[in-house]
Amino acid sequence: MLPPITLVFVIISKFSFLHPIQTISGHDVKIGIFSFILLCGVILIVGFLHLEYYTVIPTIACSKIALLGQLLHPRHFINSLVHCFMGVIVAWCCAVTMGLRYETLGYPCTESDGHPQMCLNEYHLILLLAGAFVGFSHSLLGVIYNMNYVSFHTVQQYKYLRFKRCLPLVVKCSATQALYSVRNYIVMYLFLGYIPRAWICKTLNLHLDSSVHPLDSIAGLLDLSLLYHLWSSATFLLLTWNITLLLFRIFVTEVYSFPVQSSFTEDSHQCLPKVLTEKQPMILKFLALQDLALLSQHSPSRRCEVFSLSQPGGHPHNWNAISKECLSLLTDLTQRLVAYHDTVATNGRAKSLSSGKDLMSPRPVFLMKTPASVFARSVAGTPQSPLTSLFTPDLDSPFASPALRRLTAPVDQCSPWYGTVQSPHIMRRAPKLWSTSTGEVEFQKSNISFSTHRSSNIQVLSNEVVKNFLAKRVLIMYLFNKLPEASSQALFADSQAHIWALEGLSYLVQASFSEDQFGVVQTTLPSILSCMLVLQEAVDRHFKLPHASSKPVRSTSSMGDSTYKTLRFALRATLKTAIYRITTTFGDHLNAVQISAEHRKRLQQFLEYKE
Amino acid sequence: MCSLALFPPPLPSGQTTLCESNNELLSGASTEDRLKQESSPLSLHFPRESLKLHSRTESSSKAAFLDHSETLWMRSAAAWRDGGFTGLLNEITNSHTEVPKWLSMSSGCILALLRWVSSFHGSLFPHLTLSSEDMIAEFSQVLNWSDCVVRAFAWHPHTDKFAVALLDDSIKIYNPKSATTPTLKHRLQRSVAAVQWKPLCASALAVACQNCLLVWHVDPCSLSTRPSSGCAQVLSHPGHSPVTSIAWSPSGSLLLSASPMDSTMMVWDVAAESCVPLQRVGGGGVSFLSWSPDGSHVLASTPSALFRVWETRMWTCERWPCVKGRCQSGCWSPDGSRLLFTVQGEMVIYALTFTDAPGVPTSTSQGPQAAAVVADLSETTFSTPDGDIVVGGEIQSLVWDPRGERLAVLLKGDPQAADRPAIIAVFKTRANPIFELLPCGFVQGEAGAEPRLMQFHPNFQHGALLTVCWSNGRITHVPFYFVSAGVPHFGLSGSPLLPHPQQRPADFVNQSLFTEFLS
Repeated sequence: MLPPITLVFVIISKFSFLHPIQTISGHDVKIGIFSFILLCGVILIVGFLHLEYYTVIPTIACSKIALLGQLLHPRHFINSLVHCFMGVIVAWCCAVTMGLRYETLGYPCTESDGHPQMCLNEYHLILLLAGAFVGFSHSLLGVIYNMNYVSFHTVQQYKYLRFKRCLPLVVKCSATQALYSVRNYIVMYLFLGYIPRAWICKTLNLHLDSSVHPLDSIAGLLDLSLLYHLWSSATFLLLTWNITLLLFRIFVTEVYSFPVQSSFTEDSHQCLPKVLTEKQPMILKFLALQDLALLSQHSPSRRCEVFSLSQPGGHPHNWNAISKECLSLLTDLTQRLVAYHDTVATNGRAKSLSSGKDLMSPRPVFLMKTPASVFARSVAGTPQSPLTSLFTPDLDSPFASPALRRLTAPVDQCSPWYGTVQSPHIMRRAPKLWSTSTGEVEFQKSNISFSTHRSSNIQVLSNEVVKNFLAKRVLIMYLFNKLPEASSQALFADSQAHIWALEGLSYLVQASFSEDQFGVVQTTLPSILSCMLVLQEAVDRHFKLPHASSKPVRSTSSMGDSTYKTLRFALRATLKTAIYRITTTFGDHLNAVQISAEHRKRLQQFLEYKE
Repeated sequence: MCSLALFPPPLPSGQTTLCESNNELLSGASTEDRLKQESSPLSLHFPRESLKLHSRTESSSKAAFLDHSETLWMRSAAAWRDGGFTGLLNEITNSHTEVPKWLSMSSGCILALLRWVSSFHGSLFPHLTLSSEDMIAEFSQVLNWSDCVVRAFAWHPHTDKFAVALLDDSIKIYNPKSATTPTLKHRLQRSVAAVQWKPLCASALAVACQNCLLVWHVDPCSLSTRPSSGCAQVLSHPGHSPVTSIAWSPSGSLLLSASPMDSTMMVWDVAAESCVPLQRVGGGGVSFLSWSPDGSHVLASTPSALFRVWETRMWTCERWPCVKGRCQSGCWSPDGSRLLFTVQGEMVIYALTFTDAPGVPTSTSQGPQAAAVVADLSETTFSTPDGDIVVGGEIQSLVWDPRGERLAVLLKGDPQAADRPAIIAVFKTRANPIFELLPCGFVQGEAGAEPRLMQFHPNFQHGALLTVCWSNGRITHVPFYFVSAGVPHFGLSGSPLLPHPQQRPADFVNQSLFTEFLS
């Protein structure tokens, strides 16, 4: 991570001195340098936060209440607080470099009786608070728009070109976002501005200058130069942070070329087949998959290594590992889709809770791989059980903190005081309605907290009562209503991996037609084909559901990346292309492949270009 | 170097080219021959009268319907919506009775300044002053696009179906295996400049329209003859219109689009409806795109004397300045190693050779800054029974068949002079062991019909199949029967060893006219 940070330094130094705010400063070099060092520190912290919080799989809240839960989650809360604090620091730097009336918090003034004392400089205060507000709103928006999600690009470009291309967009985004936050901030200050002012005055023993007009009035805030300075410092703040974010994204998603096989055993853990199978740093797995997709397309020499046999023994270990991992990814997605479809299909009928449990229990294996949110939400989509889906923590994310696990783990089994369930914090403790019946071992392995509970009839009954009670409140219903297509988005949240797996497999199979000397691909071709066809069927079925095929609204002017919203369409297109790639390459030779009659029929459709 | 003088003379009027067989082009005189040919894929005829045309454009009807008693605010808002900033200024300047004098004065001044700047910009890039229809006509691969009944044509890359875009902005899809011919119409589908099927997909068809790109998803099993406009994805980007050229990547994952007004080239991820703009300074726009069949390079020509060749791995490009005019057309050899292109104002075909290393081209013989001339198509006079015919001149478009054995060249001719018709010249090409161009013959249609558009069938079993759209609305298919050189076959020539026709001098056939040694 050293190069991005150094680059950030360079960029930031350039920006801080070219910025209109900074250039005004014609005084006190010492403070200027100090504030510059502070700024660098802030950038470093922001970069560190990105490093800590970024994810390649977006968390998608399926209802408003889940979103609220996310926002109030301690992890994000700390993030927001840190952002807030750094906003104050940046604002202080801006204030110092702007000089003039913003420079210090207090200034000497004389009271009406001629007694000298220190008075509060409200301009300074308003600027600091603006920094805090903008920082806080930035982090909130970051959660709402999944700003921490890092998406990969379909088109590879050099880092500099990519940066150059994104820069105008970032500037535009920062300026507009600053405009909106300053507007909101001013409204807020107008009504609540006296609170921090009084507090500061009290703690720092400053006095209000009665001769100066207070700023939390309409006349006080309608000061154009003040507004301009607020806006420009907010823009500066957002710009530096967004550029950090942009650089971070660019560097994280840079293509990394893993060696396919290594001649030294100590390097073998860095090889592509090894990295692919590892679960933990998700980003590494993604990078490996991306590399696989690229190598299968562009580099014949590396493909050759994939098809090669191991030296003693003559086993195609590389190909076996790669194809096995890709296939398991795809099967995983298929099972997830089938399970989701089943739950949705049973939703239509009046389904008792026990049937819901039956549905869950035979498939504990998918459960732990499914993003918990989808499943909880979809199963609980029945009107009978709104409470079960109160929160949708994404425990799949590699960065799920222990705190979260503790919270969602079975905390309070004996306190079902449902009637007063109003705040998400309390709701968090409400017992779930079913358990993974496979028991404690399964539970620990999966780390997913479908909490164990006593499925007593009393609870079910009380739950019914609560439901009826809650259904009458419009606000609650608003909060609990499922956001359309969110569950579908959540289901395909990590589909980028599947897309690469499909591309990599299909290109490798295509290349194997002419390049595979030992026929290593032939042995796995039936399983690849049947896996893809089953997935194709599942995806087709999924897209017949309501909301699944509705397009999201395109949002252009935001730093948040919304590619995850369209991943399912990309997956569908890639899947079809992948099957066609294999069928066009092999043509009628596919009739010799051993697959089931149903799949053969399906394949025939592809061979005749009727899909 | 190959020149037209080595070609067999054009057919007398009334004769049409039917096919190539046994190394010579066969012709027929009348319709019974044509009927014989109809047994091969669909031949179609679109008489101009059968199409319901738009009598006027949208802007001309505007004045007749707009209610002018609206308030100034309403009109300004409408002007802002329709014409942007200049429209707003125009509106303010024109309604000087209602606005303060200083406002109308200042907006008039800004407008004049804008016009002056844009005229300066326009003098740098003259094509920017054209209207969008004229611009499509100027940069389209179709000869005389604005007057053409069939405006675009595309074979499906894998099956025997094709899409035809007509003058009335509709697109018809013909499939010999199904009885239904879906007609695609969409509100935004205006002035179709190009259509192309997505490779490795049965249903997706990309359409370059005046203001946007449309991607239709036409279910091949559906019996509907009018797919709803819900089947079309609309891809648009501000400033990116009119779209004159599109190109799918051969792997079917990306779609490129280009507009002469916009110096950026868009790389679309169609499923996600997102685009990555690729911008390079210079050229003033991108007029023509061609993706090499192996997917490694893209030719992007600009309206000025400059074209670029992008490599598609990291999307870097190299500039190729031309001497005389812009690059009018280009085509790639099937293995993507050789690019043939033509330059407006010159009557020759150039070749560029790309080595395997991506992004490092080495030109064939004359150093890295020059392409080799492989054929000279300057005007040549042939005497036919009907009088002298002058063939040659500027080239409208080039197409290469998917096996790399036949190269068809559409020559512009001169629409004013009767003895200089537009004509298609076909070359035989061979890439191995040395690159050669040999004359094959001219493809001619019925009397009075001139070729407008041509395309090779992407997978014709017995050789190559050239589809030609004629000015009278007819679409015909000219098969070239030969045995591919790729197939092991005795004999050195790419064509089957069959007895040559006696009446033709042997040196016409196998004379090596352009020879190039690969170093």
